[in-house]
Amino acid sequence: MTDIDCRLHAVTIEINGARKRLEVEARKLLVHLIRDDLGLTGTHVGCDTSQCGACTVEIDGHAVKSCTVLAVIADGASITTIEGVSQSGAALDPVQAVFHEHHALQCGFCTPGMVMSVRELLKTNPHPTEDEIRHGLAGNICRCTGYHNIVRAVEALASKGGE
Amino acid sequence: MNAPAIRYVGQPLRRREDLKLLTGKGRYVDDIKLPGLLHMAVLRSPHAHADIKHIDVTKAASAPGIRRVLTGKDLAGKIGPIVPNWIIPGSKVPIRPVLAIDRVRFVGECVALVVAERQTAAYDAVNLIEVGYEQLAAVVDEEAATRHGAPQLHDNVPGNITTVYKVRGGDYQKAAREADQIISLRIVNNRLIPTCMETRCIVAEPNPDGTLTVYIGSQVPHMHRRWIAETVGIPEHRLRVVAPDIGGGFGAKMHLYPEDLLCPYLARELGAPVKWWESRSESHQSTSHGRAHTETIEAAIRNDGTILGMKVETLGNAGAYLSNMASGGPTVNTINFGTGTYRIENYEATSRVVVTNSVPVDAYRGYGRPEAAYIAERTIDAVARHLNLDQVEIRRKNFIQRGDFPHRPYGSTGVMFDSGNYQGCLDKALAAFDYEGRSRERDALRRDGVYRGIGVAAYTHMCGMAPSRRLSLIGFDRGGWESARVSIDSSGRATIYSGSMSQGHGHVTSLSQIGADVLQIPIEHIDVVQGDTRQVQAGHGTFNSRSMAVGGSSVHVSSERIVAKAKKIAAGMLEVDEKDVAYSAGTFSVPGTDIAPVTFAKVARMAYVGHRLPDGMAPGLDETVFYDPTGMGSPSGVHLAYVEVDAQTGIVKVLDYVAVDDVGTLINPLLAAGQIHGGVVQGIAQALYEEVDYDLESGQLLTGSLLDYAVPRAEQVPNITSLFQETPSPTNPIGVKGIGESGSIAAPPCMVHAVLDALSPFGITHLDMPLTPPRIWSAISAARTGAVR
Repeated sequence: MTDIDCRLHAVTIEINGARKRLEVEARKLLVHLIRDDLGLTGTHVGCDTSQCGACTVEIDGHAVKSCTVLAVIADGASITTIEGVSQSGAALDPVQAVFHEHHALQCGFCTPGMVMSVRELLKTNPHPTEDEIRHGLAGNICRCTGYHNIVRAVEALASKGGE
Repeated sequence: MNAPAIRYVGQPLRRREDLKLLTGKGRYVDDIKLPGLLHMAVLRSPHAHADIKHIDVTKAASAPGIRRVLTGKDLAGKIGPIVPNWIIPGSKVPIRPVLAIDRVRFVGECVALVVAERQTAAYDAVNLIEVGYEQLAAVVDEEAATRHGAPQLHDNVPGNITTVYKVRGGDYQKAAREADQIISLRIVNNRLIPTCMETRCIVAEPNPDGTLTVYIGSQVPHMHRRWIAETVGIPEHRLRVVAPDIGGGFGAKMHLYPEDLLCPYLARELGAPVKWWESRSESHQSTSHGRAHTETIEAAIRNDGTILGMKVETLGNAGAYLSNMASGGPTVNTINFGTGTYRIENYEATSRVVVTNSVPVDAYRGYGRPEAAYIAERTIDAVARHLNLDQVEIRRKNFIQRGDFPHRPYGSTGVMFDSGNYQGCLDKALAAFDYEGRSRERDALRRDGVYRGIGVAAYTHMCGMAPSRRLSLIGFDRGGWESARVSIDSSGRATIYSGSMSQGHGHVTSLSQIGADVLQIPIEHIDVVQGDTRQVQAGHGTFNSRSMAVGGSSVHVSSERIVAKAKKIAAGMLEVDEKDVAYSAGTFSVPGTDIAPVTFAKVARMAYVGHRLPDGMAPGLDETVFYDPTGMGSPSGVHLAYVEVDAQTGIVKVLDYVAVDDVGTLINPLLAAGQIHGGVVQGIAQALYEEVDYDLESGQLLTGSLLDYAVPRAEQVPNITSLFQETPSPTNPIGVKGIGESGSIAAPPCMVHAVLDALSPFGITHLDMPLTPPRIWSAISAARTGAVR
């Protein structure tokens, strides 16, 4: 039996605009820090092999699967989760709003990660083709919608942005 | 003048439940944080078949933060065994302990557990449990398991066959004698993993009053209350089951699993809340799989394409034990429907349910009906191919005709299709698909070496298992009813308490639409409560496409009772006879008079103050209904697919997909189409991508994570045109039929037919799912080699 290193390490992050200092085990994943230590349960865990994308958050402005990052590595980073994407509380971010309009969610479990990936996609490519949308979302699995309405929602938002 | 009637049914309303889910405020079981929460981790068998020789938990028990370590022997006689809820009469039921005692029978079976103060500590300690195994020969394939000399799983299941179920109609042998030809085929319905994006999770919490609350992502909260109560030994009324938001179910979250029992047991024993969360890799080896059939089929045909008779032999792989509904799926749900949408008078089918050293197999979106549609559709397609007949015309010729409903296929006593118009669906689908144009395009491109194909599939089934008294005949140990309570408050606002259970279906929206139309109040004045046995009176939950047909009908009927009572109260307030009162848009009026109308809100207030109620009427405006349908509705439809196969690589590209589904009255076309999109993609996934792979020798699960199990991504699936036909069901007051399973029923044969059509220039007439590039490439290579030879 090898002893498990349970020593704690100090981590400072900015989460949805607020600065937090935490003590974490070296083996803790960022997604668990977000969910368990910060109580932000909108970020979900859907697999254990970084396939599903349900845990996608923004780190320093870029969408990242938070299960691929150790919490200690996120030290000093600025992180936005689904709880932080809409600035004014009640109002929805444009991606959230267009998902509602186009029925692009059913069970809602993949939705926070999907919203994060769509934000990233449209940031890097504001006018994607359908093919580019489908490939751009390849890191996020949705089991309910068959992706059809997600693609429609992204197309609608992209064309609105172009007007 | 009367206000125009409120009508929400049929409108594509956006979902009322979206806001919380979009903003990360959804509350799934894993999001529930309780003070003093303990964590359970499970040690699982690494072997497919082995005797447990010894277990040493000393190191695990002495690890830091460990509160309890238990093995199967510790729990024997205390909880369990796990008993199926659907037992086809005559079945031999293997004994399934909660934790394995002497023997393990599949990779992933629960062997021991650890409870710790932190989840990581529980995981660490599980690895310290030492188990001595003596491996036994394993068998995972259903055909191999029935052969002479195969490893035997259970002493009380000789030959590994738990259930033999037969269906007979007409005289197949006579049909076979009179036929011009007999064609035969063998088809495999590949084993799948339902893959809800939210894995299973349970939190059990003891309450100060001695009751116990279990939070579980359950499709059937009241059934879980009964099963947990019975199996753990808790009075049912002292147990509260709460199903919060659920991240997909698809059938996998309606069974009783060991962990569902262990958490409540441990919470009671330890006097503290206990949680178990399933990792994805754990899920692949512990949550039920789906499908896993092998079928052999004979069709007695005339050379003009008439099918005189069919004979079907089904082997359904149940995995190591009979899970909750496992004896019903390959039997009643499959072979009863083996003739599909076709008038085939002579039918003979036998299904055998087989135990193997694999994860238990149970319901997955359609359960039995996808397998049945695959039998019927692959058969008629094979007949068309064999006789060189048009795939559309042969279906048209053999369809049950519009005037034939209600229709009992092959004179069946158990199956009755209540309504349908298959030709209507077919014509609508052909037009939307541009079948003629696409056929010409396919033929033209084929000359250039581009291999495109068109697939067709038709389906029907029965949804919303009912009525209750019939279910006893097939050993289904629950009712077919659903309950709804419509409670009006003293200001005229409504709360619907429904026994149905949404897992992403959007019931808050759709049940509100049904209620609002009857109650004639704005939808914003209605709330819907589901998934809490302390709040919802009773229920069966959501499966078998039953929520709108049975759950929706119960909301409809209880809302009608509200209006009937309110009308009586209103008549008293208006000082007229009840029959002179009209009700619309929240207003009771007396047409043709100048009597001032009275609002629903005022009537509600009167119901609660009780000052002027008709003689003998009890106060309140609150109605509960247990709605037991008289029969089952029959959804149906025709789907078409257009594919291109790259002959160099074997890769299939789905170019287009058109679904025309007859779901009776449409409650919400937006949500209905969403169900079709999701179901079709799960069906396409079965046809092209997904398959559980076991090593046939060792019984090791090879598709143990999402790295290996190929759930499709956005770029692997097409756009889907979803259209509807509305032939109302006569079996319920709304005329609605189920929709949740239609897509996954129709899509697999539709896709296979499209690929086979594309491969027809190579002379390939059969391939088993999934139609992966290697499988197609090998078939093309073999065909080319054969052609050269």
